[in-house]
Amino acid sequence: MAALTPISRTPVSFYVPVVAAAGAVAGLLVGTAQGSSLIGIIGGAILLGAIAFLLTQIIKAEAPGRWALTALFAVAGFLMGGLAAGIIGLLFGWFFGWFTFWLFEGRYRAYVAPYLTPGQVLWHYTFRVICGAILVFLITPILVVMPLSFNAEDFFTFTPEMLRFDPAGYSLKHYEDFFTNSDWQGALANSVRIAPMATLLSVSFGTLAAIGLSQPHVPFRRAIMAILISPMIVPLIISAAGMYFFYSRIGLQGTYMGVVLAHAALGIPFVIITVTATLVGFDNSLTRAAANMGAGPVTTFFRVQMPLILPGVISGGLFAFITSFDEVVVVLFVGSAGQKTLPWQMFTGLREQISPTILAVATILVIISIALLTVVEMLRRRSERLRGMSPA
Amino acid sequence: MTDATQNSGPMMAADGTTLKSSLNRALRRQKLRALMLIAPLLIFVLVTFIAPIADMLFRSVENQIVSDTLPRTTTLLADWDGDAGELPSSEVFEALYTDIFIAQERKLHTRLGSRLNYELTGVSSLFRKSGRKVEDMGEVYQDQFEDLDGFWKDSENWNALMGSDSWLADQTAWDDKSDARQPAFEPREEIESLLPQTAATFEIFADFVQNEDEDNLAKEDPWALVYSALYTDLMQEPDVSGYGGPGSAELLQAMGAVGTFENVDYPAAFEEIDKDWHSIDVWQTIQTYSPDFTSGYFLNAVDMKKSPDGPEMRPDNEQLYIKLFIRTLFMSLVITGSCILLGYPVAWILANLPARTANLLMILVLLPFWTSLLVRTSAWKVMLQQQGVINDTLVWLGVVADDSRLALINNQTGTIIAMTHILLPFMILPLYSVMKTIPPSYLRAAKSLGATNWTAFWRVYFPQSVPGIGAGSILVFILSIGYYITPELVGGTTGTFISNRIAYHISSSLNWGLAAALGAILLAVVLGLYWAYDRIVGIDNVKLGG
Repeated sequence: MAALTPISRTPVSFYVPVVAAAGAVAGLLVGTAQGSSLIGIIGGAILLGAIAFLLTQIIKAEAPGRWALTALFAVAGFLMGGLAAGIIGLLFGWFFGWFTFWLFEGRYRAYVAPYLTPGQVLWHYTFRVICGAILVFLITPILVVMPLSFNAEDFFTFTPEMLRFDPAGYSLKHYEDFFTNSDWQGALANSVRIAPMATLLSVSFGTLAAIGLSQPHVPFRRAIMAILISPMIVPLIISAAGMYFFYSRIGLQGTYMGVVLAHAALGIPFVIITVTATLVGFDNSLTRAAANMGAGPVTTFFRVQMPLILPGVISGGLFAFITSFDEVVVVLFVGSAGQKTLPWQMFTGLREQISPTILAVATILVIISIALLTVVEMLRRRSERLRGMSPA
Repeated sequence: MTDATQNSGPMMAADGTTLKSSLNRALRRQKLRALMLIAPLLIFVLVTFIAPIADMLFRSVENQIVSDTLPRTTTLLADWDGDAGELPSSEVFEALYTDIFIAQERKLHTRLGSRLNYELTGVSSLFRKSGRKVEDMGEVYQDQFEDLDGFWKDSENWNALMGSDSWLADQTAWDDKSDARQPAFEPREEIESLLPQTAATFEIFADFVQNEDEDNLAKEDPWALVYSALYTDLMQEPDVSGYGGPGSAELLQAMGAVGTFENVDYPAAFEEIDKDWHSIDVWQTIQTYSPDFTSGYFLNAVDMKKSPDGPEMRPDNEQLYIKLFIRTLFMSLVITGSCILLGYPVAWILANLPARTANLLMILVLLPFWTSLLVRTSAWKVMLQQQGVINDTLVWLGVVADDSRLALINNQTGTIIAMTHILLPFMILPLYSVMKTIPPSYLRAAKSLGATNWTAFWRVYFPQSVPGIGAGSILVFILSIGYYITPELVGGTTGTFISNRIAYHISSSLNWGLAAALGAILLAVVLGLYWAYDRIVGIDNVKLGG
């Protein structure tokens, strides 16, 4: 991003108090943790104010000054509270070095419009900090779960050993439990047996129907669409209740087939939505051209249409797979102990004998979803590229 | 084509038909082909999904259990007027005896008891008790018949008397050990006309033994109920002298003796089992719930009950569901509100940052969206606990004292925090796609015309982003009122939703009808909201992450 505004150095009376205020906040945190918030606030403000002045007016060299500050804080932190505090000190030192020069050199104005008043600039950055906090809120639960899954104790919080980065505080025992415990392995096997089958059903039926739906003249299109999308609209608990009642009437309750059918029904809307979206950009003259050259409908489908809509089909299939793999409400009702899936096992684990193995499973699932997210994103880009290539 | 231009008549297609009909046929064929492609999925969804929903709606009004289990009683009870303050006649009590006797043999009386217990507490134990003791009533007659003549003790004699000759021959020839089916019982015609009740009861007994218990009818002694029916029949003084088949002598003898038998006063006998049988309330409940279809479950679901004078509110201390519905709606609103509050700035910054940075930040939104719901719920369960990460951090910072850790879980706070987090991406994504279409130059134009920051935002930007807020809010609201897993795990008792109650009625209290009625109401609310969503945004615009 190019700079919008020429920048100039700011007066001492501006940046030293600001850095001191930030130092007061940091001091509050450190001080409270050490037992006295008031000393922390005052000490932090004075210390950081002085450092800011020292760095900019006396040392003047930016790079060595910042490195020295970072090192100083890291050592101070380490002496106060070991490795963890050392790292926190390192981050503090780096931040204050950057912050001081950012203010001192007036860099904060470089990327905002030149006509903004100081109040507007302040709001601009405050707003960014707020957004950052919200994004942290979004991501923290996932970030907290990962390190906790390596806990050597059966606790759900960070032990002092973990905070000291003591290797004794970490272990793979929850992962070991997951891979050796027959309950978890059985649940994993069930999930792996159910999800692909359900995906296969919803993808094959769904793709055909999506092709049918994207034809120009379909009678009752809206009504049909409403019915096909309904499994996504109806709250899961209602679907689960209805399926439980109906499947027990026809003897499917508590069977593998019943769970597969239920999950396939839940995955269908995702396939329909993604595949019809892909078909919107599909050029029908391609199929006509294929037919013109003597290809039958089946050949045309597999050799011409399918390769072009494949990204949509695959991402629809991934959605259907995730739906089934993550689904717990319906399987709780429609399945029986023989169909206990991974989410079901996690659900009982969370409700009854809460065990940290859940965190290990959660970490593995997060990694799987990151992988799937990457695949879907790549497919989406590919599909857009392909569509851009085909004549409109 | 050249033909068509030369003639003034209708244009012709290559095969000689008019172009119009040829086109019509092609169009029809196209429509048919489209439908053929859709048909497999449509049938699949109809069977696996729509049928279950329809079944649930059916169950919310279905009430055949009362009339199925107590067929005779409910028929007789139809004419009874409970408001007069009088108990039903003794025929009704006799019918009740027959019904309960058969039901307890089939082990159906407890189910009916628990069904009626939803409407009037105490009925469940009443039926269970009656089921145990109803046998005693019949044994009064059984003992007298058996004392009169040993003939009545033996199941073979009963079969000979009641069954037709051809069936008897088949039954004797049938080998108990073989795989062949037991010959189905056929009644003897003369006896059927002479002793109608006995024959009917015996047929039920025979059917039960042969088909439900799968025992050998020849070795099963008849129920005490059959003796009671025989007594009733004989008291009608049928002309048994004309009958000459097996057991005719004993029948004649019994005919002469029944007049001196000790008889059972059914109303008194039932009162002896439980005084409640002489309470008008019990009878009124049975009468109110006799029809095959009832609005009772729906009334229950809105804290009302059926009474002889029409629907009325339940007493305050029994009201539960309206409060629960209001709580569900209120908490969903709070969750939607917090999602708007947190989602709006993030969507704004995503829409206004340069594409590269925005894409990076988008990952932070999409990652939780793609992460398993259970993972996120377990994360919150871990973080919000009394000994969890948040409380530990707050204690470490000295914000709260160690002995007054915040209760963040198993209450409404827990549900609201966790669900806001879980549903936030559903707010950010539609908001983002709307904000992406608002040109940033509008804001600059407003400012250059002298608007302050706030005016420019509130008068220019905000109105354009309202469709996004609407779409996101409806989506989040719909999703949250039907949520089950998260409230169940972090909601405790005060943070649960109506869906948790539905699950409770399905798996714990087994009141399926009420669960179905609550589900139907919830479904109606959700469909109404979706209709609104469709009007505002259009279902076709539902986008998936990415």
